[in-house]
Amino acid sequence: MSILGTRVVRTEDPLFLTLGATYTDDLVDHRLTGAVHVTFVRSQVAHGRLLSVDVSAAREAPGVVAAYTAADVDLEPIPAGLPMVPEAMRRQWLATDTVRFVGDIVAVVLTEERYQGEDAAEQVVVDVDVLPAVVGTAQAARDEVLLFPEAGTNVMASFGAPAPSDFFDGCEVVVTQRLVNQRVAPVPLETRATAAAWGEDGRVTIWCTNQGAQQAKTQIAGWLGLDESLVHLVTPDVGGGFGAKIGADPEYAFVAWLARKVGRPTRWTENRSENMLGMLHGRGQDQVVTIGGRRDGTVEAYSLVVDQDAGAYPRVGVILPTLTMLMAPAVYGFPKIHAQARVLATNATSIGAYRGAGRPEATAAVERAIDLFAAEIGMDPAEVRRKNLLEPFDTPHTTPTGAVYDSGDYVVALDRVLEAAGYPELRAEQAARRERGDARQLGIGLAVYVEVTGADTGLGAAESAELEVHPDGTATVLTGTSPHGQGHATTWAMLASDQLGIPVEKITVVHGDTDRIPRGGGTMGSRSLQQGGAAVHQAAVELIDLAKQRAAEVLEVDPADLEVDLASAGLQVRGTPGSGVTFAQLAGSEPLVVQTRFTAGGATFPFGAHVVVVEVDVESGKAEVVRIIAVDDAGTIVNPLLAEGQRHGGIAQGVAQALLEEVLYDSDGNPQTSTLADYPFVSATELPSFELVDMATPTPMNPLGAKGIGEAGTIGATPAVQNAVVDAVAHLGVRHVDMPCTPMRVWRAVQEAQQGGSSS
Amino acid sequence: MKVSITVNGEQRTDEVEPRLLLAHYLRETCGLRATNVGCDTTSCGACTVVVDGLSVKSCTVLAVATDGSQVTTLEGLAGPDGELHPMQAAFRAEHGLQCGFCTPGMVMAAIGVLADNPDPTDREVREGLEGNLCRCTGYHNIVRAVRTAAQAGPAAGQVPQAQEVEA
Ligand code: FES
Ligand code: FES
Repeated sequence: MSILGTRVVRTEDPLFLTLGATYTDDLVDHRLTGAVHVTFVRSQVAHGRLLSVDVSAAREAPGVVAAYTAADVDLEPIPAGLPMVPEAMRRQWLATDTVRFVGDIVAVVLTEERYQGEDAAEQVVVDVDVLPAVVGTAQAARDEVLLFPEAGTNVMASFGAPAPSDFFDGCEVVVTQRLVNQRVAPVPLETRATAAAWGEDGRVTIWCTNQGAQQAKTQIAGWLGLDESLVHLVTPDVGGGFGAKIGADPEYAFVAWLARKVGRPTRWTENRSENMLGMLHGRGQDQVVTIGGRRDGTVEAYSLVVDQDAGAYPRVGVILPTLTMLMAPAVYGFPKIHAQARVLATNATSIGAYRGAGRPEATAAVERAIDLFAAEIGMDPAEVRRKNLLEPFDTPHTTPTGAVYDSGDYVVALDRVLEAAGYPELRAEQAARRERGDARQLGIGLAVYVEVTGADTGLGAAESAELEVHPDGTATVLTGTSPHGQGHATTWAMLASDQLGIPVEKITVVHGDTDRIPRGGGTMGSRSLQQGGAAVHQAAVELIDLAKQRAAEVLEVDPADLEVDLASAGLQVRGTPGSGVTFAQLAGSEPLVVQTRFTAGGATFPFGAHVVVVEVDVESGKAEVVRIIAVDDAGTIVNPLLAEGQRHGGIAQGVAQALLEEVLYDSDGNPQTSTLADYPFVSATELPSFELVDMATPTPMNPLGAKGIGEAGTIGATPAVQNAVVDAVAHLGVRHVDMPCTPMRVWRAVQEAQQGGSSS
Repeated sequence: MKVSITVNGEQRTDEVEPRLLLAHYLRETCGLRATNVGCDTTSCGACTVVVDGLSVKSCTVLAVATDGSQVTTLEGLAGPDGELHPMQAAFRAEHGLQCGFCTPGMVMAAIGVLADNPDPTDREVREGLEGNLCRCTGYHNIVRAVRTAAQAGPAAGQVPQAQEVEA
């Protein structure tokens, strides 16, 4: 029986559970002996003219090795890296004449010891002439205060055209609503960290916490003006990423530049407050949805208009709305779709990728729109969904926005989740509570979703793998993907073991070292299994071919007469047990190794449906999640244990966005949520245990049949929770509550609805 | 200042700055890097260790304040032959960790939960771990791990030193 599809516990765990993992800040390496600690001095003003930065007192502080300002930096400004962004919007390494967010770097201090850095940083005197801050997209769009006056506008980019004026003509019902998909902080528990050391050979080794060493290497080499061969980038164990550790941050390159400047190795590990200011935030979209159709529940036209808050400097946030637009039609067969976006600069931390990166925003919009439409025509939201879902398809379906869905059966996903939830019983219970006028009302929220994973990120939908069997019977897999909690060491070993028969415990998986693995796409966008895993599978198949050639010579038989014998981890003459030679023996004379590159047939489109049950105390507005039932179809599952773990984590983050999390700034651009004490991070008490329902529709895009699973939870759970909260108070007249659905917001919505006003 | 602290059963004496946090003492001075620092506001619990039988957040305690104490970190849990503590074994069996960053603190806090309540319900486990944040697992498997560990008996709520004292 194949090992694939079984619940193999992780091979990496014994070490993680006894000695702990080795994160960047844990590294002990002779090359880092005598490293100086880097402390960045950051702007405490959101927007202002930088008049002067005085580091002279800091230079005299105990333990200080050096202190620098922009005048000491000889690097070109950081390129936007995105062709649509005006050249004037480039960021300086250290702010020169303007600071643009609380957290913008104005100086840097290098000290012998970590604690000394904090002391010395306080001695840096920064003189700023405060300018009005631009907070939020609405203010940014007015262009009254410009972040980059030379650009003449706060608009970084725009995509798509307005809808034709007759777009909703003929619809019996048209509903429109503003939605906030709020700015959130990714908060991997490991903050950003890096270390750098230059060798005698003129090469720099950079260790950093990152989701893809190769991409970070290319970026850093470019920024520092180095040939790529001079940069060796290593990602040790990584304590979570969620998209925010894709690509290099300027700090990483700068810490390497500092090491060259002072002639000593350097280390930097930010604290949480610095992380909340400096690490990319996610989401940050203001949306307007308009949905029109017939009273029988048929939707005829749907429009989504997005204002993306990109923060002060262009990062991935600029292109996120293009993914939102691509996925705007979602699981539905709406005849007319319109999507349009504008990207705006604000005096806030830059926006980047966060679990789902642009797709959860698309699903949240359409799933809210469907519920608004259902409420308007007085039809059950499950019924409206069923009426508009795409029919099952197993040949690719092209949407009006140009996405090519590989395979899907959304109706079955919805039916299964409704059945598992006991939907009619839940509705009956809800009706009873409404009837009784209970203080705790039941809300039932639905979301059906499709997302895109394993998209071509510019490097092709491809990944490399190397597989070597050693004479002692062990094997090594080298992968260009880069796990940070996903368990690749186990799953990749399972994929090789499945083909070769070598036990999982004897297979070592290596990742995140650009000298050993020069090419790779990293772990992001749920691409790993479908591309990296498929590459490992392909490598194993190719290794068997190579072994057959060799064994044929040794055994003096035709290679075609040989077959794999999993029990002995070797080859045998077809149908003749005991006739063969093991892979380990074949590796004895010359290395038994293959390098391969797998190219997927295209992106895959995992899908699913979530039902969330909440209880809302109508007197306080507090919502409590009591059940979450999820169908997440990610095609073939290699290790159900790990796939479930990905679903759990994603669902938790989805619930957290819907109910709790929000990065807030005051009207002067001061962050109000810059520690974990004031950022409402989800803890175990706010969540129930999750009820997962399985469904597997394999994809034809790779030989494993696997789609991505990492983002499913945030995409499905977020709107399901929000819809559930609104549903709980719908009978009181509430039609919409923005995320996060805090007690205050829910309470207010109820009050307003009861006073006869509209809740939106 | 001089401090004498028994760390994972081994007594040691070190010269430390009065302001040095226990978390940094363990990481830098003792070289025990399993204990992680995830915040600067005593919010995340990644730094949780057991001091004299109580699980505490080591980023909130000065090293000098633990002078004369017994401190146990994740590294001090497994038996001399490498045998996993019941809580470690349960976290592995139930896939209670992903990136592993919260894990050292989570395991130490979970031992504390069982020390107080050897047979908790799901709800009680969740309440007991409220001060320990995890971004990866959604807590589902952590809750299962703690309940699985509880089935192993009283040892799951004790650190090795405590067992020796009792024996
Ligand atoms: S590091 Fe101690 S509680 Fe976060
Ligand atoms: S396993 Fe990553 S934070 Fe808990």
